[in-house]
Amino acid sequence: MDSVILDLHNKLKNNEITSEELIKETLEKSKNIQNDLNPFVTICEETNIPKSIDNVLSGIPYVAKDNLSTKDILSTGSSNTLKDYVPFFDATVIERLNKKNACLIGKSAMDELGLGGTGTTCHTGVTKNPWDKTRITGGSSSGSACLVASGVVPFALGSDTGDSIRKPAAYCGIVGYKPTYGAISRFGLFPFASSLDHVGVLTRTVKDAAIVVDNVVGIDENDMTSIDLKSNLTESLTNNISGKKLFYIKNMLDINNYENPSDDLKNIINEFNKTIELARSLGATVDSVEFDQNLLNAIFPIYQCISCAEATSNDSNLTGIIFGPRGEGENYIDMIKNHRTNGFCSLIKRRFIIGSYVLQKENQEKYFLNAKRVRRLLVEKFNELFKTYDAMIMPAAGSIAPKIDSINEVINGTGSMQEVLENYMAIGNFGGYPSITIPNGFVSGMPIGINLTGAVYEDANVLNIAYTLESNMNYRNQIAKEVE
Amino acid sequence: MELIPVIGLEMHAEMKSTTKVFSPAENTYNDISNLHVNKIDMAFPGILPLVNMECMEKAIEMALILNCNIPKIFMFDRKNYYYPDLPKGYQITQFNKPIGTNGYLTIDVDGEEKKVEILDIHLEEDSASLDHYSYFSLIDYNRAGVPLLETVSAPCIHSSKEAVAFLDTMKNIFRYTGISDADIKRGQIRCDVNVSMMEKGSSEFGTKVEVKNVNNIANVAATIEYEIKRQTELISAGRKDEIVQETRRYDEATNTTISMRSKADAIDYKYFVEPNIPPFNISDELVEEIKSRIPVLPNEKKLKYINELNLSSIEANIIVKDKEVSDYFDKLIELGTDIKLSTNWVINQVTDYINNNDINISELYLNPERLKYIIDQVISNKISNKQAKELFSKSLELNREPSELIKELGMEQLNDSDELRTLIISLLDNNKTQVEEYKNGKTNMFQFFVGQVMKETKGKANPVMVKEILTEEISNR
Repeated sequence: MDSVILDLHNKLKNNEITSEELIKETLEKSKNIQNDLNPFVTICEETNIPKSIDNVLSGIPYVAKDNLSTKDILSTGSSNTLKDYVPFFDATVIERLNKKNACLIGKSAMDELGLGGTGTTCHTGVTKNPWDKTRITGGSSSGSACLVASGVVPFALGSDTGDSIRKPAAYCGIVGYKPTYGAISRFGLFPFASSLDHVGVLTRTVKDAAIVVDNVVGIDENDMTSIDLKSNLTESLTNNISGKKLFYIKNMLDINNYENPSDDLKNIINEFNKTIELARSLGATVDSVEFDQNLLNAIFPIYQCISCAEATSNDSNLTGIIFGPRGEGENYIDMIKNHRTNGFCSLIKRRFIIGSYVLQKENQEKYFLNAKRVRRLLVEKFNELFKTYDAMIMPAAGSIAPKIDSINEVINGTGSMQEVLENYMAIGNFGGYPSITIPNGFVSGMPIGINLTGAVYEDANVLNIAYTLESNMNYRNQIAKEVE
Repeated sequence: MELIPVIGLEMHAEMKSTTKVFSPAENTYNDISNLHVNKIDMAFPGILPLVNMECMEKAIEMALILNCNIPKIFMFDRKNYYYPDLPKGYQITQFNKPIGTNGYLTIDVDGEEKKVEILDIHLEEDSASLDHYSYFSLIDYNRAGVPLLETVSAPCIHSSKEAVAFLDTMKNIFRYTGISDADIKRGQIRCDVNVSMMEKGSSEFGTKVEVKNVNNIANVAATIEYEIKRQTELISAGRKDEIVQETRRYDEATNTTISMRSKADAIDYKYFVEPNIPPFNISDELVEEIKSRIPVLPNEKKLKYINELNLSSIEANIIVKDKEVSDYFDKLIELGTDIKLSTNWVINQVTDYINNNDINISELYLNPERLKYIIDQVISNKISNKQAKELFSKSLELNREPSELIKELGMEQLNDSDELRTLIISLLDNNKTQVEEYKNGKTNMFQFFVGQVMKETKGKANPVMVKEILTEEISNR
């Protein structure tokens, strides 16, 4: 079975299960998982159960990350600044799923406003990894990853600014896919960094990711950056990659370039190498490409510069004046200060300060504008590579999901190869590339992932490569052990 | 030491458009607060801006009128600052690539032509408006997101008179093109005024003071006058160093400017490119089409009045100053009304009336058709000028057709020569003594007879005809 959604759809259509039963069962599971792993901000007890099953998404339960605006449903972005905010309009992606009669059964927890990669900064507490409750899920789409990995829903919506879909997918042993920038409208997505933000999907199979995305893509008149992918992803899954050309970045996969590499890293690279061999055996070529180390080292710092700069501006609407809890104070400055001081976690405040610093008149040229220049340089290099290659294939992370109590939210900026490997997926956001993480086995009992990234608009090609690899491995539709 | 004022203006004009510049909310002035508001205007989480192409086209039109260079690619920037009237916490504006740069505008300062250099013209969004009360402030989001066109002049203006001429010309262009209603009363024109004093013969600018948000043209003049006086006095008193680079505001009550903040406290707006609006281009064809849409502008119209209608320069200036007045005048002429009288009536009675009553000419009951009727009666000698003025006032007072009033007021002139002759003959017959006296050389008796005719006809007799017939009849005696 290559699609959980199709399987459920057939059961609904053949009356093996009714929509009511499916939703009831999902809600029961949701409550149990919530007690156990804390992935929800809101569980929607009342959802619109469709009267008939007229399309593949009819009656299929899903969750949406809490930074997607949902009409009449609490949407907090996991921030105290929005803890009681109930929007009066739907995000475009939600509206499109509503039209398909998909059933929103909850809003998932996330790192506050998307600015984090651990799932530990939600205002409702830490989301735990369903494979090992002492570990993080990764983030910022932490709740979405948790709920898909624990089998509560077949798909969840997420957002990805650096790797916020693809990294938690790797840590939780599922599929995380962000399409080309603009393919899914950002209207109604609480912004983190507009030039890097993508809406995407977390599923347990590649085909499910294709099915969901096929149903929500397309030009949106409310988003001037929206685009038309002009392809049907589901139909592009041929299970044939003969002749496809892949590459990986040689410097990042040479264990000798790592200072004190962990056993986990060695095993991750071993699993990766096996998958490359698999790709070759399926008729693809896989080249190793040496990449300018200075540019690789720049990825993380320029991501910090650009994302923090845009975030500090994007989140300036959170003043507690129009919405959100009104701050206390004698004047508007004190009121805003009070609201923001009490509302944001310390990680966000630090990032706002970084963002503000790099945008200051005297710093802008040196930091922000140079970061944008290096971003362009990197994108040009990758565009060049994508002229030759169908996709880049890489491990999705350099470790398994870390222990919750090991999380230190301070940015180190060590410039090590480990840091490069943990953060390189931001390339996908710099270039707006389609990028997908799929499971690639286990290390130390925890799931790991590989990532495939291709040229803009080449979503169908990238997804087909992912689908074909997935079909020839044994990690499709994994449900986490702890909750089975 | 002679000092020359150096003035640069930043003129903000609220544009006329169907919807706001980045949202589908209506762009309409309304006395009821918070009526024309979209979620985009209030910056609810997840909103994105949508560029209104109508505003883009109008902004390009203005840039073309100001002889500016138009960029190949358009983009917007964010200007970041916190203020309760700015919901997003940033204003979308054009910092890196304004819609027009390096242009100029020719203005008329007391009959002298002057070229004002335009540094740039750019499109941005207005903030909400605030009403401050003693214990609280109220926010009206109707204005949030209203398109604003900001025109920045070079520091090439040297007097309040030149500044006023520049702003008046701009205001007229806005109204002629319909780019803005430029309604001062509604605060649609606001200016930031930069003033410094320069020593004559020097090329070094003095320290510049910026007076922000001056909200009408008369106040701009007052601001400039005050700053010239203040800075000149300081320099003359040897206290030049007390002129500091700062932001001030104009205080209407005292007619002075008051310091708001020094340069050290200047806000760093942290400008950066707006990522939600991808750079876009506008085809050369569309720019050409916009160019072809530019209507006849005041300067051109003025020349037409002078050359084709033989108006004096002063008359032409007065009429073109207000587009609606000019349209009204054009209509009068188009209807075939006498040019000389039309000019006089429009410049005097009509303008006085609308100014005194503070109304738009479009609201005037005496539309061009009705005014033509009155003027035609004067031309055909049916009524006197004095009567025409009375008819004008009565008609406006009562909102009644002048053609009806003329009868009711008994104004129609007696032009029937037979009737007049009969009357004159019987008058001469009844006043034989006076006829004798006239014949004996008492020529002022002629006026006596004219007076008698007017008395008999209650002033309706056509005085020209009376004189003709009387001369004839009296010589026959």
